[in-house]
Amino acid sequence: PSQPFTVKLHEDSFRTYKIDPPSLEVQVQKDELLKIYKDMQCMRRMEMAADALYKAKLIRGFCHLAIGQEAVSVGLEYGITPEDRVITAYRCHPFAVMRGGTIKGVIAELLGRQDGMSKGKGGSMHIFTPSFFGGNGIVGAQVPVGAGIAFAQKYLGNKTATFALYGDGASNQGQVFEAFNMAKLWDLPCVFVCENNKYGMGTSAERSSSNTEYFTRGDKIPGIQVNGMDIIASRHAVQFARNWVVEGNGPLLMEFVTYRYGGHSMSDPGTTYRTREEVQRMRSTQDPIRGLQRYIEDWGLATEQELKQLDKEAKGEVDQAVEEAKTSPIPRSEDLWTDIYYKGTEPSFMRGREREEVHYY
Amino acid sequence: MTVREALNVAMEEEMLRDETVFILGEEVARYNGAYKVTKGLLDKFGEKRVVDTPITEMGFAGLAVGAALAGLRPICEFMTFNFAMQAIDQIVNSGGKTYYMSGGNVPCPVVFRGPNGAAAGVAAQHSQDYASWYGQVPGLKVVSPWSAEDCKGLLKVCGPDSAIRDPNPVVFLENEMMYGVSFPMSAEAMSDNYLLPIGKAKVERVGTDVTIVAHSKMVTHSVEAADILAKEGIKAEIINLRCIRPLDIETIKASVKKTNRLVTVEGGFPAFGVGSEICAQIVESEAFDYLDAPVERVTGADVPTPYATNLESLAFPDTPLIVKVAKRALYRTN
Repeated sequence: PSQPFTVKLHEDSFRTYKIDPPSLEVQVQKDELLKIYKDMQCMRRMEMAADALYKAKLIRGFCHLAIGQEAVSVGLEYGITPEDRVITAYRCHPFAVMRGGTIKGVIAELLGRQDGMSKGKGGSMHIFTPSFFGGNGIVGAQVPVGAGIAFAQKYLGNKTATFALYGDGASNQGQVFEAFNMAKLWDLPCVFVCENNKYGMGTSAERSSSNTEYFTRGDKIPGIQVNGMDIIASRHAVQFARNWVVEGNGPLLMEFVTYRYGGHSMSDPGTTYRTREEVQRMRSTQDPIRGLQRYIEDWGLATEQELKQLDKEAKGEVDQAVEEAKTSPIPRSEDLWTDIYYKGTEPSFMRGREREEVHYY
Repeated sequence: MTVREALNVAMEEEMLRDETVFILGEEVARYNGAYKVTKGLLDKFGEKRVVDTPITEMGFAGLAVGAALAGLRPICEFMTFNFAMQAIDQIVNSGGKTYYMSGGNVPCPVVFRGPNGAAAGVAAQHSQDYASWYGQVPGLKVVSPWSAEDCKGLLKVCGPDSAIRDPNPVVFLENEMMYGVSFPMSAEAMSDNYLLPIGKAKVERVGTDVTIVAHSKMVTHSVEAADILAKEGIKAEIINLRCIRPLDIETIKASVKKTNRLVTVEGGFPAFGVGSEICAQIVESEAFDYLDAPVERVTGADVPTPYATNLESLAFPDTPLIVKVAKRALYRTN
């Protein structure tokens, strides 16, 4: 195992509200950073594969990609434990993989196949694991659900945290504030995470939110804003937030300032409400994977050649997952009727589209 | 003219006619609408009358109700009626009941509109038909148009006497899969005075052998089914409901008395649905005596909408299914 060493984060990594910021001195180690690098590459490659499959018309409906936001999903996973819980909205593919899923399982779900993580029934927006509660389609609705997961953690006496994610667009939904209030009232171990990628669909944060400092919007709940394009800052802030809520201090608001390179979904070119120059500038100056690459090279942890090897491995893993997913069969017709009610507790029959189409359990 | 253009023109005409008509909703202005139904309206009418809202359905639906109570005529667009579930309290409790609760003192002339029903490949949370949900609520009027003509004439929302704009809260259920579909428009329908009365169905196809009642996209499948049946010498009468509430039961009854067979077609869940209500009203009426076979309901399956294509196709009616059920209705007797 590689030896830990201390690095100093950029001074602009954090801003806080009603709480002292975490230290800028962070312990890192080579092996872990290389693993993080590979995971980030895998997540980006997976989303790029989804993009291609969508354009090849193998994926249907809505498909929201998180290219550019890898430091949030990967940084989150490296800052929490498998016992912690995560819930997010529909831009969910990387979280599903990082929280115990597989790339093949996500891609197969997007293709609507039996091996999909939701057996082809959920599609892009609805993917779950035992520690990840989706993959939710209604903007903002996952936030109080996240508070409920934290409620259960506290109720059961678990020393664990829930991270409830939502976007800058969703941040204005009333139920988000209702969840904040209950979480503070009852000191729930919940970190409310605003993934601020600057645009809720085609509306910029400034045009939707009277206060765009999302980390300050919890009233009595303290908050931290994080450079969500810096993976080391992201992971460090997640650890800090986790500790804060697990130690019984009540909830915390956390804002990742990040950026999506693509449109809101596959049907949005993402160029009508922002300039191509803006996207290009973010890609060339803020990219989270390139940022980590720079850290790794500056600190002499790996050569460009070694990182290229990791890129190659990531590409190979995603390519293989896509091929395997493609061989998975489509769902059986009988599966239309499973999973509506808990297995064994179904009504005696359910009706199809006309009276002769009846499924008996 | 496409359904999308018809809706767009109807809104434009109403905004030109009446200064108090304004549009609010997510992405309606600068983005020209998530489904481009409001395209160009910001340029024509400006930010005062075409208002981008935050993603706060309950908030802006309530705000639309308030503006209607205070003398404006809001058109409140939901990106989809699936998201309107976040606002259903405002639609039902604030919009639908205020006139009654105020003893007739406070009308609420608001239109809630947006795509409803199943879209393609968007799974359970984005694919649902709310016609029967809103159809249950006294105080609301519920429109479910099919063609471009329906959309143009009904979005302009006229009352029973075809002369005045309806001063009630109207839930206007469009269908995303119909937006791009083109229909021929008569000169009359192109006129800016073209108004259709709320609560009147349209007989799209006259027939004598079986009555098929449908709304929204299911009218397309029903008309296709009628074409197939016609080749076998079966004359199906197709009724396009246009409105869910008030339900034009008289038109259905008159048709049943002629054909003696009734099939209802809808995309919603079967239980407690539009077809269920039509069955009940027919059974309660004198038209019951004219039925030569039990009424058949064709509906969405009783399952949350699945994502995979093959499962999704089993969850919603299509043309061959309507043909099959219509024939079954014909060859059976009471």
